[in-house]
Amino acid sequence: MIELFRDVRINWLGKRKLFLAISGTVMLLGLISLVAKGGFKYGVDFKGGTIVQVRFKQKPDIEKIRQLLRESGAPDSQPQELAGRNDVLIELQGAKEDDASAGRSVIISALNKGFPGQFEVLSATSIGPKVGDDLKRQAVFATLYALGGILIYIAFRFEWIYGAAAVFAVFHDTLVTLGLFSIFNRDINLTVIAALLTLVGYSVNDTIVVFDRVRENLKIRRRDDLEKIMNDSINQTLSRTILTSGLTFLTVLALFVFGGEIINHFAFAMVIGIIVGTYSSIAIAAPLVLVYTNIRGRAVPQVAAPARAAVSKAPVSKAPVSKAPRPKRA
Amino acid sequence: MNKRILRRFLITLGVTLLCVWRVVAYPGLVPSKARLLDNVKLGLDLRGGTHLVLQVVTDDAIRGETDQAIESMRQELNKRNVVFRQMTRMQNNTFQVVGVDPSKDNDFRSVLNERFADWDLISTAGEVPNTYTVRLKPTQEQGYRAQAVDQAINTIRNRIDQLGVGEVVIQKHGGPGENEILVQLPGVDDPARVKGIMQSTAQLELKLVESGPYPSAAAAVQNYGGVLPANLEVLPSVERDSGSSEGTYYAVQQVASITGRDLKGAYPSRDENGRPAVSFNLNADGAQRFGRVTGENIGKMLAIVLDKRIQSAPRINGRITDSGIITGGAAGFAPQAAQDLALVLRSGALPASIKYLDEEVVGPSLGADSIRAGLVAAIVALVSVIAFMLVYYKLSGVNATVAMILNLIVLFGALSYFGAALTLPGIAGVILTIGVGIDSNVLIFERIREELRSGKTALSAVVTSFSRVFVTLVDTHLAALISAMFLFLFGTGPVKGFAVTLFIGLVSNMFTAVFVSRTLFEWVLNRQQRAQTLSI
Repeated sequence: MIELFRDVRINWLGKRKLFLAISGTVMLLGLISLVAKGGFKYGVDFKGGTIVQVRFKQKPDIEKIRQLLRESGAPDSQPQELAGRNDVLIELQGAKEDDASAGRSVIISALNKGFPGQFEVLSATSIGPKVGDDLKRQAVFATLYALGGILIYIAFRFEWIYGAAAVFAVFHDTLVTLGLFSIFNRDINLTVIAALLTLVGYSVNDTIVVFDRVRENLKIRRRDDLEKIMNDSINQTLSRTILTSGLTFLTVLALFVFGGEIINHFAFAMVIGIIVGTYSSIAIAAPLVLVYTNIRGRAVPQVAAPARAAVSKAPVSKAPVSKAPRPKRA
Repeated sequence: MNKRILRRFLITLGVTLLCVWRVVAYPGLVPSKARLLDNVKLGLDLRGGTHLVLQVVTDDAIRGETDQAIESMRQELNKRNVVFRQMTRMQNNTFQVVGVDPSKDNDFRSVLNERFADWDLISTAGEVPNTYTVRLKPTQEQGYRAQAVDQAINTIRNRIDQLGVGEVVIQKHGGPGENEILVQLPGVDDPARVKGIMQSTAQLELKLVESGPYPSAAAAVQNYGGVLPANLEVLPSVERDSGSSEGTYYAVQQVASITGRDLKGAYPSRDENGRPAVSFNLNADGAQRFGRVTGENIGKMLAIVLDKRIQSAPRINGRITDSGIITGGAAGFAPQAAQDLALVLRSGALPASIKYLDEEVVGPSLGADSIRAGLVAAIVALVSVIAFMLVYYKLSGVNATVAMILNLIVLFGALSYFGAALTLPGIAGVILTIGVGIDSNVLIFERIREELRSGKTALSAVVTSFSRVFVTLVDTHLAALISAMFLFLFGTGPVKGFAVTLFIGLVSNMFTAVFVSRTLFEWVLNRQQRAQTLSI
């Protein structure tokens, strides 16, 4: 029997400060990049504009295309060569209110001047500014509703703090992924939104697998404290977590490498998302539940019976939850 | 094989056969490639075609309603001898009757109550005493807007049907009040002509000419002392005087004698100089009115107006009843243009103009490229996952392989049953379904290994693991289904296509990973009679 992990005993929750530092740093870097670049780089889907993908018979001269476009009154269009075939992607930002496709005619007639009969239009997308705004709003709402639905479901199946922790972890994943999109200068388009939502599903999936094991262990081992149970649960499911994430990673890597240009941004988001999603179930969701439970577990007797709290033994020393309010007059 | 396993086996076999049949042979019994291509519907992004979102400018329709109301109000007041100073449209949905004769005030109000129930009197104030401002009721206005969209959909469908594009989707789009229409034209990769045909409002009107031609609109107004009488309007003509570069203008009756609604048919023909033109004939009601108008106005000119531009203004030489010709100005129509004009006239006028909001065109070779890329990615993913499962879980890996392949069969079967089209993001959804399938299998197998380590027998390890992991799988799948559902409900186009395959994939995975996989395990263990070992 090949086994990658057997009898692992890693103290995950003891490293929560390290995890906090890592997550904080990555999010901060993303935020800095976002502020420095003045917001997200939206694709034409969200901004309105035109993308035309053209296949040339021979390898075209990009500079000549740029020149032709400039002369046709489309100076800010960005011709971009696609790897493999003689394909060129031309983007034109901004679209007219009443005929979104005007940009397409501009691009094609410009190309006709310089390369008559030497190219084929593979695809042309024109999106008016109104549709772009609608899409952005719909994407945000779809995400928020999905998160709300997940929160309610987990709260219903576990406890509300588990739901909140899962959703917070997913939020973390989304922020990290978006930050990386900004750092790597990638466009955010509709397929990226689809990827983010899939990522939400995956991350929640991972988190639920761990929580489910925690719930099971809590039932059979009433004496152990939560931190030990959580560590054990994570370790027990670790081989599954690594195998699944590794294999899923393999499938999206296939998508990233062989999937073609159109789903490339999507695949990029998934490649990052799977790593971050797996990490956050262990490093964000579980510690959140623990920290919350510790704070509540200690705060309650303190309020109810301050005298006894002061006398009682210092709370379990192996759980250094520094944020928990400790009685000062000990 | 015991009865329970046999029953589960038959259910699995039945589902598989139904799905395979639906994909490769439906509606017949013999599988063929043609049937397969028919049953697996491809989205526009994979097969090539044009996707358009257009918006009906329903303000036009409301304005039209108001103009019509003004006209019938004018007729009604004339009939009852109610004198007023003037009547004008104030806003799209509002008009004003200025200076009604105070002694006829009651008559006016009764006209308003009896004949204009759809209108609200919103003000009686004005510079001139006895001025009434009337507005279309909001519910009526909503109704007219919705009606305009429905009419536009019908008209556009008529027009496109005549082009013979085939398998066209024309439907309402966006939320209420957005007035948007989605048009999908498979196989059309140069939409310019179709768009032109859809967009032309094709408002045909025949109007009596009062005076003209004039070199400019201003000159026409000048002729009436600077103020155009309320019943006249000045329209430009596509015909030009041979000498001047300016267009020509005519002052014509505002009310059309005949409109596109009176048409019976329209067909391409030739004018007297042999240039392409469009001939039309009128229905019985239109012919009767046309006969009366032409009979009473012999010697006058009649303007043939298309979309507010005069195509020609021939002199009426005698009573004409049922037919006419539209010529294309000095240059004449291009043959294609004459054909298209005849087509749009036949299909009726659009109730309002339309705007194009969104346009996506995918050429056929890109679609083929995308299918190839998607297939390669899916096969690479599947093969590498299967290879890993077989190496890592040995014979149980076969179990996982069967479950995953069955999952894909059920997924495609369900897509066919629902008539859902496979899109590029949909292929991504399929690949993610493979990922979800892996997770379920790994989760179960790792649990079985764990139970075996703790000393359980093979059978009891399998039974415990499935019942324990089932809870986890329900939780993970339901949470994912919830997010897929929101994606489907609130997402658009590509996101929706993705949600559909993900949703179906999740459901079918529950079936294959739990039901089918467990049946296989139990079958193997049952054959071995009190088996203690399991290849995992």
